[in-house]
Amino acid sequence: MRKNPRYLLWLIIGLSVLAGFVNLPKIGNFNPNVVFEKLNIPKELTFRKGLDLEGGTSLILEADMSGISKAQKKSALDSAKVVIEKRVNLFGVSEPIVQTSVVNQDFRIIVELPGLTDTEKVRSLIGTTAQLTFWEQEASASAQTASPSAEQVGFKQTNLTGADIKQTSVSFDSNTGKPQVQLQFTSEGTKKFADVTKRNIGKPVAIVLDNQLIEQPTVQQAILTGDAVITGNFTVETANQLSTQLNAGALPVPLKILSSSVIAPTLGTASLEKSLFAGIVGFIIIIIFMCVLYGKLGVIASFALILYTLFNLAIFKLSSLTPYGITLTLSGIAGFILSIGMAVDANILIFERMKEELRAGKSTQTAIELGFSRAWSSIRDSNISTLITSFVLYSFGTGIVRGFALVLAIGVLVSMFSAIVVTRTFLRLVYK
Amino acid sequence: MNIIGKKYWYFIISIIIIIPGLVSLYLYGLNLSIEFTGGSRLTLSFEKTVTDKQIQGIHDIFSEKKIKVATIEKSQQDVFIRTRPITQQEDQFLISDLKARVGSFKQSQYETVGPTIGGETLLNALKGLVIASVLVVLYITFSFRKVPKPTSSFRFGIAAVVALVHDVLVLIGLFSILGHFLGVEIDSLFVTAVLTVIGFSVHDTIVVFDRIRENLKKVGGADFEQTVNDSILQTLDRSFNTSLTVVLVLFALLLFGGETIRWFVVALLVGMISGTYSSIFNAAPILVVWQDLINKRRK
Repeated sequence: MRKNPRYLLWLIIGLSVLAGFVNLPKIGNFNPNVVFEKLNIPKELTFRKGLDLEGGTSLILEADMSGISKAQKKSALDSAKVVIEKRVNLFGVSEPIVQTSVVNQDFRIIVELPGLTDTEKVRSLIGTTAQLTFWEQEASASAQTASPSAEQVGFKQTNLTGADIKQTSVSFDSNTGKPQVQLQFTSEGTKKFADVTKRNIGKPVAIVLDNQLIEQPTVQQAILTGDAVITGNFTVETANQLSTQLNAGALPVPLKILSSSVIAPTLGTASLEKSLFAGIVGFIIIIIFMCVLYGKLGVIASFALILYTLFNLAIFKLSSLTPYGITLTLSGIAGFILSIGMAVDANILIFERMKEELRAGKSTQTAIELGFSRAWSSIRDSNISTLITSFVLYSFGTGIVRGFALVLAIGVLVSMFSAIVVTRTFLRLVYK
Repeated sequence: MNIIGKKYWYFIISIIIIIPGLVSLYLYGLNLSIEFTGGSRLTLSFEKTVTDKQIQGIHDIFSEKKIKVATIEKSQQDVFIRTRPITQQEDQFLISDLKARVGSFKQSQYETVGPTIGGETLLNALKGLVIASVLVVLYITFSFRKVPKPTSSFRFGIAAVVALVHDVLVLIGLFSILGHFLGVEIDSLFVTAVLTVIGFSVHDTIVVFDRIRENLKKVGGADFEQTVNDSILQTLDRSFNTSLTVVLVLFALLLFGGETIRWFVVALLVGMISGTYSSIFNAAPILVVWQDLINKRRK
């Protein structure tokens, strides 16, 4: 293991420069992302902040699969996810997360919308909205059949739905000037719509959105062109909204909100500032403590610790380029600050061991080597056990717990590198 | 210093600390957060410091709407309300009512968790605890497999887990008491803290055990009690210094880290101290007690 410390020193310097560069914020005209643009990496390098820091909305939606056959449940869930993604994108949220999750027999969609805190908007776009259906009168109007709402007794659902719509737009009624939603059906839908209108000349056809009757126009003549207009009682805004929803497509299954959480951005920023300040204070305390306890050794350990922090932050930032980006949450930051404390532990173990060897009359250089080799087994075993717990935390936790576990695990790995490689190389150079 | 000689005293100290918590756990249980039970949590940020009259007004509006309120707490300009699960629609109505009658504020947080999700989270947390403990025993048993006689690696694993259970009991007991008297909640952050403490506790214990292993290899197991005692003393400086650094960092977090993570930090702090204590005064002495029992049986 006795490598030339020179090479390691250059490696450490190289890594530090790289990490320092990655961590640089934008200053004036200088922007480290320029390099990434040149490398054709399309993403901007930033810390990904969790909802608790940035503010935003998170939702867990459950799909009601009662009407879906077993084999099709998974695909119904996936298409519901696609619809929600479309709606979210129409909304212009940056970096939204839409995931599906199947727990036992429950089919769920998890949605995270950073920066969006208007619950009303969230509900209108992600709720159970935009299931458009068309209903016609039953042959015998007295028959009691399934009805979309109380007024719909005597109606039965046609095979024409929102899924047959190709395009929608908002226009204004040439007579009244009121906003209306114009529908253009797909070729399939055009045929269905023609059939429905042919069957029902002189009779009412009900247009129902999410179990609410919008209007019930009487068919004047068969419409073969595939164009229809909904003239419900719209304002410009509601007409636009409906048009958008219909464009994104209807949900194949009704969804209900299982859990939701809305955090104001101000709350997040305050938390971030506080925990960052606490982190800096903690960091300074550790450095003072180490220098007082171990003198020159402590100064070396402090340098290693600064590099440890740099490396970690660089990893957090770089991870945003991969699909496994680390999202920094409040608990994640706490985990990181905690891991600084743990990183010191490896140094303390080694230094205490060195002290013992020195007391036993060994030379400084022998004491350094013995300190490292003898402390290694406890560093290894104790860190592996921490890795085990963070692994368990990651696999069983949700959201915030996962963020914490990931940060802790990365912290442990980097701390082993910083204690074994960085501190040792520095020591060997100083005590040559 | 003879730590092993006074081992029963240290066991008694542990028991004295754990018992009140267990009593509280039996009497009051745990104050579980809505993450586990299902429910809603609203945070309202007012422009001025909140008065008791306003709190009463909030109470009235909720009871008019027949929404059962679990707790209403205030801290300067913020009011935290916990209720049964309410829908976003109900929330909208409530907020406009509250704004009209209590005063102007911003709703800075709205969180609602259905009961199914809550149950799952709790189950997952418990699973995590059990699995982490089992894996740690397995790892220690594996890692200490070459430990010389008279002891065995399995005993090391069990002793480490006893120390770990000790720390978990201290934490849960304390938070049961805090929950009853101060309304502190058990949330998923608390579970995170417990799991982290488990990691730390084992971390500490392993450092002591590692030294015992090394000394056993050097001097043999003739005087097991003496070897364990020496090992504890040799690692005492390290244990103390490491704990002190982490405790200092946690104090910084406690003082400046803000309200959201306050009890999380308290949990870590208590667990950290308990973890250091249990590795030195419980885990290692247990090895000696176990060895004594086996020796007696052989005679």
